[in-house]
Amino acid sequence: MFDFYFEIKPWIRLVLQGTAVILVLFPLAAACSMAERKISAWLQGRPGPNRTLAPILAWVPGIGVLQRLGLFQLAADGGKFVFKEDPVPAHVNKFYFIAAPILAMIPALSTVVVVPFGAYFDSAGKLIPLVLANVDIGLLAVFAVSSLGVYAVILAGWASNSKYPFLGGVRASAQLISYELSMTLSVLPVFLWINAPGGEGTLSLFRVVELQSGVGLAWGSVWYIFYFPLSAFIFLVALFAETNRQPFDMPESESDLVGGFHTEYGAFKWSLFFVAEYCHMIIGSAVFILLFFGGWNPLPGMPLATLAGWLHIADQPILMSLLGIAIFLGKIVFSIFFFMWVRWTLPRFRYDQVMNIGWKKLLPLAIANLILYTLGIALLQK
Amino acid sequence: MAVIQVERKPLSFAERTYIPQIIGGLKTTFKHLLKPPVTLQYPEQRPEISKNYRGVPTLVKDPNGREKCVSCQLCEFVCPPKAIRITPGEIPEDSPNAHVERAPQAFDIDMLRCIYCGLCQEVCPEEAIWLQNQFSLSGYTRAEMVNHKDKLYELGGTLPDAHFKWDKKKAAEEHGNEH
Repeated sequence: MFDFYFEIKPWIRLVLQGTAVILVLFPLAAACSMAERKISAWLQGRPGPNRTLAPILAWVPGIGVLQRLGLFQLAADGGKFVFKEDPVPAHVNKFYFIAAPILAMIPALSTVVVVPFGAYFDSAGKLIPLVLANVDIGLLAVFAVSSLGVYAVILAGWASNSKYPFLGGVRASAQLISYELSMTLSVLPVFLWINAPGGEGTLSLFRVVELQSGVGLAWGSVWYIFYFPLSAFIFLVALFAETNRQPFDMPESESDLVGGFHTEYGAFKWSLFFVAEYCHMIIGSAVFILLFFGGWNPLPGMPLATLAGWLHIADQPILMSLLGIAIFLGKIVFSIFFFMWVRWTLPRFRYDQVMNIGWKKLLPLAIANLILYTLGIALLQK
Repeated sequence: MAVIQVERKPLSFAERTYIPQIIGGLKTTFKHLLKPPVTLQYPEQRPEISKNYRGVPTLVKDPNGREKCVSCQLCEFVCPPKAIRITPGEIPEDSPNAHVERAPQAFDIDMLRCIYCGLCQEVCPEEAIWLQNQFSLSGYTRAEMVNHKDKLYELGGTLPDAHFKWDKKKAAEEHGNEH
């Protein structure tokens, strides 16, 4: 029934697919900003924004629920960012000042290309990933592109030509370099494990999920959080630092740096930074879930294929893909909630503490973890 | 004075990893997430105002509906920021309140000047001016922020006291002021 779709030119199809993914990712990032406000409110015993309502919608019955959830506040915020005056301060370097928020968006939106978000069975009974580009270097591409995001922060800090943004930019670069190392080292055991000698070498994220799709608690195919808890922990801590979230939000640290690197920004340019940060969070937690929490598999030992079989939709690619995407998005949403939950629980680390944790604690831990697992895997796979 | 040396225990390994403390903190914040919010939805829900709250000064009537103010102007003289302005007036002969000395013709309180000190209430010999529980007032112009006599009575309402000072005086006069 969707044959016409596969008959159109491949590049048009790719543009459509890419647009579709961005059309999900961008509103999701915007919704995160609302969720941030609501969850912080609930954690502090407040109701949060609950008044905004478009007057033309007031007659719709039951709309009060959406109003109290702040759904229209989201639209109002977005509209405000688009329509308010967007001043460029006189003392900035105009070209880089304007380039920085654009540069922040590009890596944030492009890492999604290699992130698979679902799977279905084709007519031959083979599991096909739902991904824009199922490349073999998947994880490497994510790391390579997402770390470009720091350039936007440095550029914004430098181009603002003012001391607080500059300090924010410097802190951001130091922090991102420090935690990038531990993050990369922490996932190496996973790929050592799946690239067993004799097999086909791969860094593909789809392959990682495929290998976590075992039925029952079979050795060798359960979620990797059970095999690599320490790796998962290091990755999570580094992820918090990489996405500049509390307790590692050094570049922003509003109490000592005003607003950090985006002090001089306002209106739409500021909102681009904001959305980019949430996109990073979404992609980061997506990769975390793919690596350690079984991607779109609903439960450990119960892969998507089994669930689809129970619901009798294994032979319907569209329904099965939608189910997979729903499960995966659900996990991402929980992960985002966890980010916000941690934010309102922990105070910010001091800058020297961030550096100490990064270099003196996390990095040795990641190296020890790598050596330990390398030896273990060598013994097991001999 | 005895000095007690308290032993400072070194942090245990678990404490130095922060993890048990972080989990404890997450538990606490999650409990708060499930609690109902404590916020008052202000314009719809009003806070309970204490009986002796001193808000906007108002004029009150006695239970017979007679205005208590006799325009003695003590409050006008005592008012530190000079917010009160009274124009004294006579009570017409045919009025049922003709036995009362006088009544204000006009009574203006400029709420942009008022400092809510309560001296007017303290000085009033007739207990006619009261600072009541009204706490939120707004207006678009300076003129709107001046409370005139009718507005003051509207805000003030009736004071349920049973002094009836002037009625008693009238009755005593009718009986020739005998004791």
